[in-house]
Amino acid sequence: MRTAAGELSALLSAAPSAAFDVARSREDFPILRRTVHGKPLVYLDNAATSQKPQRVLDCEARYYTELNANIHRGVHSLSEQATDAYEAARDTVQRFINAARREEIVFVRGTTEAINLVATSFGQRFRPGDEILITEMEHHSNIVPWQLLCERSGAVLRVAPMDDAGELILDKFERQLNARTRLVAVTHLSNALGTINAVKHVIDRAHAIGAAVLIDGAQAVPHIRIDVQALDCDFYAFSSHKLYGPTGVGVLYGKAVRLAAMPPYQGGGEMIRQVTFAKTTYNDLPYKFEAGTPNIAGVIGLGAAIDYVSELGLDAVAAHEHELLAYATEQARTVSGLRLIGTAEHKASILSFVLDGVHPHDVGTILDDEGVAVRTGHHCAMPVMEHFRIPATVRASFALYNTRAEVDALFRAVRRAQEVFADA
Amino acid sequence: MPDLRDLYQEVILDHNRRPRNFGRLAGANCSAEGFNALCGDRLTLYLKLVDGVIEDARFEGTGCAISTASASLMTEALKGKTEAQVQSLFEGFHALLTAGDSADPAVSLGKLEVLSGVREFPVRVKCATLAWHTLQAALQNETKPVTTE
Repeated sequence: MRTAAGELSALLSAAPSAAFDVARSREDFPILRRTVHGKPLVYLDNAATSQKPQRVLDCEARYYTELNANIHRGVHSLSEQATDAYEAARDTVQRFINAARREEIVFVRGTTEAINLVATSFGQRFRPGDEILITEMEHHSNIVPWQLLCERSGAVLRVAPMDDAGELILDKFERQLNARTRLVAVTHLSNALGTINAVKHVIDRAHAIGAAVLIDGAQAVPHIRIDVQALDCDFYAFSSHKLYGPTGVGVLYGKAVRLAAMPPYQGGGEMIRQVTFAKTTYNDLPYKFEAGTPNIAGVIGLGAAIDYVSELGLDAVAAHEHELLAYATEQARTVSGLRLIGTAEHKASILSFVLDGVHPHDVGTILDDEGVAVRTGHHCAMPVMEHFRIPATVRASFALYNTRAEVDALFRAVRRAQEVFADA
Repeated sequence: MPDLRDLYQEVILDHNRRPRNFGRLAGANCSAEGFNALCGDRLTLYLKLVDGVIEDARFEGTGCAISTASASLMTEALKGKTEAQVQSLFEGFHALLTAGDSADPAVSLGKLEVLSGVREFPVRVKCATLAWHTLQAALQNETKPVTTE
């Protein structure tokens, strides 16, 4: 007799995502055709950086072959066309995260620079005793800029703890909020654990006591539909390169009212209105925060990446990835001596684990020998490793082009690692 | 194509499973800490130096198989050696991991040669050399932890 659950799983394996054609999407990514150590590449290091579809590669090449010119200042045709393409990407980003205004989209080098911009500029008026509240599961990029700000300003960094499943302990978080809290900075999706945080709740509570909120969306943006107006966050930071776009480009979304009140981050060309040796006045948003010639090709490439993902449908992609993560988690639970790190109820795309008797670094080398690319190490989240009292984990992370067959390849390689290290 | 069996030789797996000279050394007069930020390997090396000769060596810490086995094999190799002998051993070992054929044949590396497979895995060389860099720091009385990053 077949159970309802059995029928469901048979259905899922027969048609994993009716709305989303994985095999077809794989054809869009030329790198997936290559081999590693004579074996087909199984790329499961997407949380570090995703692969790029041909369309993004073509878009960057087209900029350099047909449009290359500096933006905003030229009167010649190339400059005008390059400016149009660059600014069109800003509109694309605005629609993608549903920002109210295009001036709220600031192009930066990546999530790290976006957070540093806020720490430097928004943090400039922080005073001794002001508090910044983060969580125990933050990436170093959402820890160190705040530590530097505390050193400069005398502000105090507070850390809200997580539990052993890797979930933020909300009541402890709320108890740390107080009248001195100026800013709350929280990851939307933990890069080391895969936990999806209840950011809407966090934002509402922080606003209730008058604190601003920055969300680190580096991991979330490729997997979760973002609506910054619905979230009501003050700042949202993310990178292009984890979203199938080029490296070296990222976005800082900031509410116009916040950005307008903030001093410039870097001085230079483009960010000014008028310069004299006596006094300089600054440009309007967002240009006030875009000093110097930006990564024009990268920004245009990010626009192409967003168009690509939007056409596939982020919800369909997310459903496919969710199914893969569930399948991988189920497989992981059948491996004796494997311990999952990060078992939050709400997770996306990341499977972090350790194996008894085999160091993650050795697992990584053996997996690579099988063509399977994973990340091993502390994932720039050393406090998370400290919490679980481990030096490192093996992290497999999924993207839209990954398949169940690749999950099977991962676990075949994991078993091989266990065989190599089995007691003689 | 690099072969995993060259990297994870039985001697290495054995020293990883049962590291020799593991734990604190009572009476140590020289020690240093090593850290490899890439994989989170940490080790503390203890030496007992008497008249320029390493009388005893032990280590503790956590690390991957390559760094653990390398530390274990190193502590075995050090005992009874003068600082000058240790220096030429380190140079020979380093050449074995990075240069291969140009290694000085005058230096006998003995059991340390089982780590020669690391040569084919360049990102793992720093795992194998962590213990040795820590040794250098210990002999130079460095107080700051060394890192192979």
